[in-house]
Amino acid sequence: MTPRELMAMQSGLALCRHCELLSRLPATHGKNYCPRCGHEISFRRNNVIQRTWALIIAAAICYIPANILPVMTSITLTSAEEDTIIDGVILLYLTGSWPLALIVLIASVVIPMAKLFALAYLLITVQRRSIKSNRERAKLYRLVELIGRWSMLDVFVISFVVALVQMKPLMAAEPKSGIVFFAAVVVLTIFAAQSFDPRLIWDSADSMENRNE
Amino acid sequence: MPESPVACPDCDLLQHIPVLPPQGKALCCRCGKLLATNKPGANERALALAIGAAIVFVVANAFPLMGLSAAGREVDTTIIGGAWTMWQEGHQFTGALVGLCAVVAPAGYIGIVIVVLIAARRHRPAPSWVGELLHWAELAQGWAMAEVMMLGILVALIKIADLATVIIGVGMFATGAFIALFAAMAINFDPDEIWTQVQWTGGGARMTVNSTQTIDYQEAKK
Repeated sequence: MTPRELMAMQSGLALCRHCELLSRLPATHGKNYCPRCGHEISFRRNNVIQRTWALIIAAAICYIPANILPVMTSITLTSAEEDTIIDGVILLYLTGSWPLALIVLIASVVIPMAKLFALAYLLITVQRRSIKSNRERAKLYRLVELIGRWSMLDVFVISFVVALVQMKPLMAAEPKSGIVFFAAVVVLTIFAAQSFDPRLIWDSADSMENRNE
Repeated sequence: MPESPVACPDCDLLQHIPVLPPQGKALCCRCGKLLATNKPGANERALALAIGAAIVFVVANAFPLMGLSAAGREVDTTIIGGAWTMWQEGHQFTGALVGLCAVVAPAGYIGIVIVVLIAARRHRPAPSWVGELLHWAELAQGWAMAEVMMLGILVALIKIADLATVIIGVGMFATGAFIALFAAMAINFDPDEIWTQVQWTGGGARMTVNSTQTIDYQEAKK
């Protein structure tokens, strides 16, 4: 018979988030500190689900103005044109570089949205104490953490276009308020991914096993 | 110490890590998270790569990335110039974010890795501030986005290319080299090895530590 899987928390052991030292926590209440690195240590952080939801909702709210408001104005002698994120993608496509247009579309539109849906899905399944496809959900979380940074792409694009196209009055580029909301989406989704604790995915399976005993 | 169990940081499963052969790695048997590696000399290589990356980083930031020439005028920008123009245009938050991800976080990560590795080589056990720095290194690594910036620069170049003539600067080549060195350093750097050498702060008088007592958890739950 294979030995039963046992989680650290069930044995009274807690992993330090900073140095990954495994320590035995006393049964008494109150704060505990890692003996190696001195940071606070607990079985699970408090209010992980609430905090992650708050960050996701904030990001979802910012996602709307980030896509509706213009992120940049291009000024030439004869015209001034305001571009949203999607306008930038279309412009890239029309000027003949569809692979780049696709990359920007994925990084700026698909990844932030996919991150929001993926994290919401993980939170809902954790709250419903789902025990299905744990491994897949663990992989999904790792994917979210891995690709999240690429949504910063458009922030860099706008920054360097603005920094370079500074030849007033011949031509100039100025950032517009949409980019602030877009940057906020990037930061909030990164914080949301960091705040989620993937161990919650496995907690419900383990409490289920104990109940059946 | 193969006897002392570890907990997977991603799924909290207690397990024993076997003695790993060189270049071997151990994955969590439940969720597949990378738990340990055995790369002999990894931190030696990381130190060499970090020093190389630091030198290239200075060059990448000191020289212009690219310039634009139109109607007899020329403009150029450095890496921090991108962040600074944003700031001046009234977008302080975006400017600060670009500065953080493009300059501050990569520089901080390299700087900390160099200090930590040198301190761990010279002092055994390593002083406890090394542990504090390792914590900051992890934070900085998450926000260091040189490779995303590089792609962003390329997209920006293509957007500008039909407006005016674009001149590629020394900073661009240095940035390319920096990204390669930075990635190689980050792969080699092994904070777990440093952690085993760090002097304990001993802040947990209220807590007994597990590492010496072997847990017979498999037997206990059979």
